[in-house]
Formats: sequence, C-alpha cells, structure tokens
Amino acid sequence: MAETKVSAAEQEPEAAPEPEERGSRSLRDALRAAEVDARLLGLLGALAVIWIVFHIITPNHTFFTPRNIWNLSVQTAVVAIMATGMVLIIVTRNIDLSVGAVMAAVGMFMAVVQHDWLPAWIGFDHPLTWVIALAAGLAMGAAIGAFQGSIVAYVGVPSFIVTLGGFLVWRGVAWWMVSGQTLAPMDTLFRKLGGGSTGTVGGTWSWVLAIAACAGIVLLQFTRRRQRARYGFRLRPMWTEISIAVIACGALLLLVGFLNRYYLPPALATATGHEGENISLGLAYPVLIAIGVGIVMTFIATRRRFGRSVYAIGGNPDAAELAGIKTRRTIVKTFTLMGLLVGLAAAVQVARLNAAVSGLGTGMELNVIAAAVIGGTSLSGGIGTIVGALLGALVMQSLVSGMVLMGIEAPLQDIVVGIVLVLAVTLDTIFRRRAAR
Amino acid sequence: MIDRTGTPLVELRDIRVAFGGVHAVQDVSVDLYPGEVVGLVGGNGAGKTTLIRTLSGAHPADSGQILIDGDPVTISHPRDAKALGVETIYQNLALADNIDAPGNVFLGRELTTRFGNLDDSAMEDATRKLMGRLNPKFQNFVVPVASLSGGQRQSVAIARAVHFNARILIMDEPTAALGPAETKQVGDLIKQLREEGIGIFLISHDIHDVYDLSDRISVMLQGKLVGTVDKTEVTTDEVLAMIILGKRPGEVTQKDLAELH
Repeated sequence: MAETKVSAAEQEPEAAPEPEERGSRSLRDALRAAEVDARLLGLLGALAVIWIVFHIITPNHTFFTPRNIWNLSVQTAVVAIMATGMVLIIVTRNIDLSVGAVMAAVGMFMAVVQHDWLPAWIGFDHPLTWVIALAAGLAMGAAIGAFQGSIVAYVGVPSFIVTLGGFLVWRGVAWWMVSGQTLAPMDTLFRKLGGGSTGTVGGTWSWVLAIAACAGIVLLQFTRRRQRARYGFRLRPMWTEISIAVIACGALLLLVGFLNRYYLPPALATATGHEGENISLGLAYPVLIAIGVGIVMTFIATRRRFGRSVYAIGGNPDAAELAGIKTRRTIVKTFTLMGLLVGLAAAVQVARLNAAVSGLGTGMELNVIAAAVIGGTSLSGGIGTIVGALLGALVMQSLVSGMVLMGIEAPLQDIVVGIVLVLAVTLDTIFRRRAAR
Repeated sequence: MIDRTGTPLVELRDIRVAFGGVHAVQDVSVDLYPGEVVGLVGGNGAGKTTLIRTLSGAHPADSGQILIDGDPVTISHPRDAKALGVETIYQNLALADNIDAPGNVFLGRELTTRFGNLDDSAMEDATRKLMGRLNPKFQNFVVPVASLSGGQRQSVAIARAVHFNARILIMDEPTAALGPAETKQVGDLIKQLREEGIGIFLISHDIHDVYDLSDRISVMLQGKLVGTVDKTEVTTDEVLAMIILGKRPGEVTQKDLAELH
C-alpha cells in the first residue's frame, strides 16, 4: 500500500449530505406505492368522459349501445394493432411513415395470393387458403420492415426519410401489382379475420375468454406477489391487490356482457335456423387479435431483453451502446416487428373490406402515430407503453364514431381529432414537466 | 508498496488516436498493476479520456497495442472490454435516464429466468445488496434514474461497474459532480477495491482529486505523455508543473513553481 499524505482534499470541511426532496413528492409516492399509473388513469378518464358526453349528445342516445360499442371495437382494431409496433419505433427515437403504404402493398399481395395464385393450385375456398395468404402477407410485411430498418440502422439514413420514401414506394407497388384493379372477393375463411357477422367467436366463447382473462389477471397478481415475497420486498397492500382484481375483472365481465347484447340481425338469425332467438355475435376476431397483440407486445416490451434494449436506446443511445447492447440490430428488429404487425393489420383490413384496393390504408400512418402519441409515447424517445397506445387508438376512434353518429361532416371530424391530438400532447408535456420538478 | 516486478495487469503501448488531422493521443504508453491506482491527469483536451476510451472499447486506437496479463488483446467494442474484465465509469455516467436503478446496473447483461424473461426481482435484489455495500442510504430502486441526485446516479454507475467482478476499473472524473461527503465515499470505495486486487485508472483534470488515492500518476499534455511518477516521490506542485508546463520533476525550476501559484 502507498502511504497516505495529507492533501488539500482532506482539509475541506465535511458538508452535510444533500437534503432529499420530499413533501411535494408524497402524492406521487402514494400512487407509486399502489403502483397505479397516473397517465393510464388519465387516459381511461378521458375515454369515460368522451363516451358519456357522446352518449348524452347523440340523437336517440345511440353511442353507448352494444351495437355501437361493438362496431367501435372492430373499427379500432386495425389502428390498435399497428400502434403497438409504432410505440417501440418511436421509443427508439425513430418514426415509420410508411405503414399505410406498406399496408396497401401487403394487403394487395395477400389478395393476389388468394385470388389469383392459390385457386390455380389448390382450388377455391380451400381450408388452407387463409393460412397461406396470411403467412405470405406477414412475411412480406416483416421483410419490408427489415429492409427499411436496415437502411436506418446500418446505413444511418434518418428513419423519417427512409419511411417517407417507403410511403411513396409501397403505395406505387400496390398499384403496380394489379395495375390499379380492385381485387374481390376474398376467401371465405380469410374474411373471418375482418369480423363481420361471421367473424366472431359467439356469446358463449366470449364469456369463456372473459373468465379466462380474469383468471389470468389474478394469477399474474399472485405470481408477482409471491415473487416479491420470495426476495422480501415490500408488498403492495392486500386491499390494493383485491381492489385492482375486482375492478379489472368486473369491468371486463361487464364489458363482455354488454357487447354480448349485440345480436345477429333477425333476418340472419332466421336464415341460420334460429328464428326469433337472440344470437350474440360475441367478440369479433379483429378485436381478439388486437387484444392478443397488445398482450404479446406488452410482454415483449416489459419482460424481454429486447424490450429493455429498446427503452435503453430511447433513453440514451450512447449509454446503450456502451453497455454492450447491439443497438443497430435492435433497431432493425423494431422495424421488422412493425412490418409484421402491418401485415397482420392489412389482413384484417382486407378481410373487413372483402376487397383489396391500392388506396388501402391511405392516411393510416397518421392515425397510428397519433394513437401512440395520445397514448403517452414521447417523440423524444424512451417513453411509451403498449396499453397507452391501445387506449389512444380507442380514444381517437371513439371521437370519430361519436361524430359520425352526430352527422358531423368529415372535415370537421378532422379538425376535432387534430385539436385533440395537440391537446393530449400539451397536457402530457405539462404533466411531465411538473413531474420532473 | 505495490509489487511491480511481475507482469502488468494492463499495458497500453504506443497508443495513437487521431480525429481528422488532430492527434488526440500520440504514442502514449501507460501500465497498471493489480491492486494499483494510477491517476491519469492533464488539462482539458490533454487526451486522457481519448486514451482510456481505447481500453474501454468506446473508440478503437488507430495504432498501438493493448496487453492484458501480458497478452495482446483486440478491443473494438465495449463488449470486448467487458469480456476481458474491464469496466468503465464514464464521466457522463452513461445511464439510461428512463430506466430504474436495477435496470441500469444490469443494462446489456440482464438476469433472466429459465424462460429467458427478465428477472426483475432478482436484479432488484442484487442491486439492493450491492447498494447496501456501496451507498446504504440509496433507497430509490423503482424510479427512473432521471429523478435521482447526482450522487445517487454516481452510485448506480459505480454499482454497475463493480457488480460484474471487474479486474480493471476505469473511472473518468468520478467525483466531478459530487459533494464532499459523496466524494469521500467514492474515495473509500476506491481504497476498498484496490485492496481486493483490482487495478484502477483514475482520470481527472485536477491533481487534488486523485493525488491521495493514486499510487502512481501519469500526466498527459497535448496528446503526449509527460511522464509517469511514483506518488511518494513527488509533491502536488511538481505534478502541477507536469500538467501545466509539461516539465518532469527534475526539469522544474523554482521560478517555474513560483509562476504556478
């Protein structure tokens, strides 16, 4: 050991430790203790206000009816599926402006596969047609995403430019594939992906799924609690656990019960041999797909190393690189995932329309980005949740749906949605600034 | 005293780094023995950080050699350095502000369950134990590190470096953002790590920050090494003369020393 010498540093007086900031943080600490996300509560509150106000002001109070909410759920699905991918893109400080155009190209490709190619090989309405068409679309979407992502990550061209190029290119490709024709109709099974009166799981299965989801919520809480107890960490008070379980499961069951009151139109019920009966449509496939995507994406974002890397890159790209994270590969993966989700959304959209046109998904990129941003995703990177984006998509679609019911013209709808977008981000910015203090 | 008869833990030989036409580091050689603290000092732009970034993998050298335990190694990425037991605490701490303390400690090296999922509880547990040793007052394990104080952030950065059994630790201006109490804490930690046999490069622009803690001091000026001296053989004034005038202790006159004050 080297001997110690008296130095200037030791002559400095010992200062008191930095005073910890308390007081103003106590409310946030309380919220944190319950581990309730204030921003998420805000979104749910906004959604409740929108639904209540529209229900009151729409003629005949048609907003909060099983029929309208069911339609709303199906209409939200397409944007919601893509918004979950957009969150990860934006969190890494990138953007994807090409999703609407990619949707057109991929949708058109899936239509070509099932409309022109497969019938020649395996005949019309083969039970595998929908699987092959969907797989082809997902592969194409992922490939386009990987290609654009590689240019962003490895060549270093800003994602804004790469995907702006893609915005023009893929729309052109969609047109060029069929020389501007409209392809219709789609395969019978494929069409189920789009919802509609045949594309639902029915009332009974909706209940089964809802009850399974409740069991899942409780199981998740239980595992998490046991995990924390194993390490002797502070546990969430039991009353919070129970309240959360009761509120979440109660809301879920109420919603499904409500949606199950949307019945098959009498004429269709008669045609299927159920004259005079109330046949619940139940949850539509696109809605289940969107919920499934939301769960998987939340898992990827919060429980996997890939997700952690994505948030680290968004928070501090240099730190992520210095920590040994393969940042470029991670960026390519986010774009690939985005492409895959666009493929899935394109399948739903084509199935819903029962046709593919080169104008498919026009302007959709802005809805998707807006959904993510309304849901609390920060364009400066590092912040954003999948659940937030799903709720953001629902908020936007609720506004549109309500205004349609009120007979408001499209341009005015755009004005309102535009204002809400800016307002939402303004509130979020103020909220964040106050939280940072 | 440090035993310097064996093979050095690290040897940087004739390292050269240029940015465009600017020679940031010119033919600099320094070495480090196990259980030794080498202070690397020099004014702003002297090339200390650039030199050390070649060892941490943040920026490869244009030429020169790096030897660890006497074996030449190639370090072209931070991952390579970490694999060789070289951990770095950067001046800006290199933390992801939006992620909590355990997330930052394990960034890029997350603990996972047998299904490959993040094991947040295990990481929090390990971080709590680590902090119990490094900074017992640290309690904010679930908030993003953006909301922590400078000293707490420093603790996170240090925890990250020491958790993975580093053999060689690089600390770039470790106390620049700290108050006196926290500075003392970091000093105590450095002494503790040194006793565990870890070799430490301590980088600072201020000789007073590192003089006490260092066994040897290497001084850089304008990208070149002025010299490496044993601390027991020099005074702070002599080191100051090396930093400012580029003169080794024997070359300094009384007039020079007078001008420094």
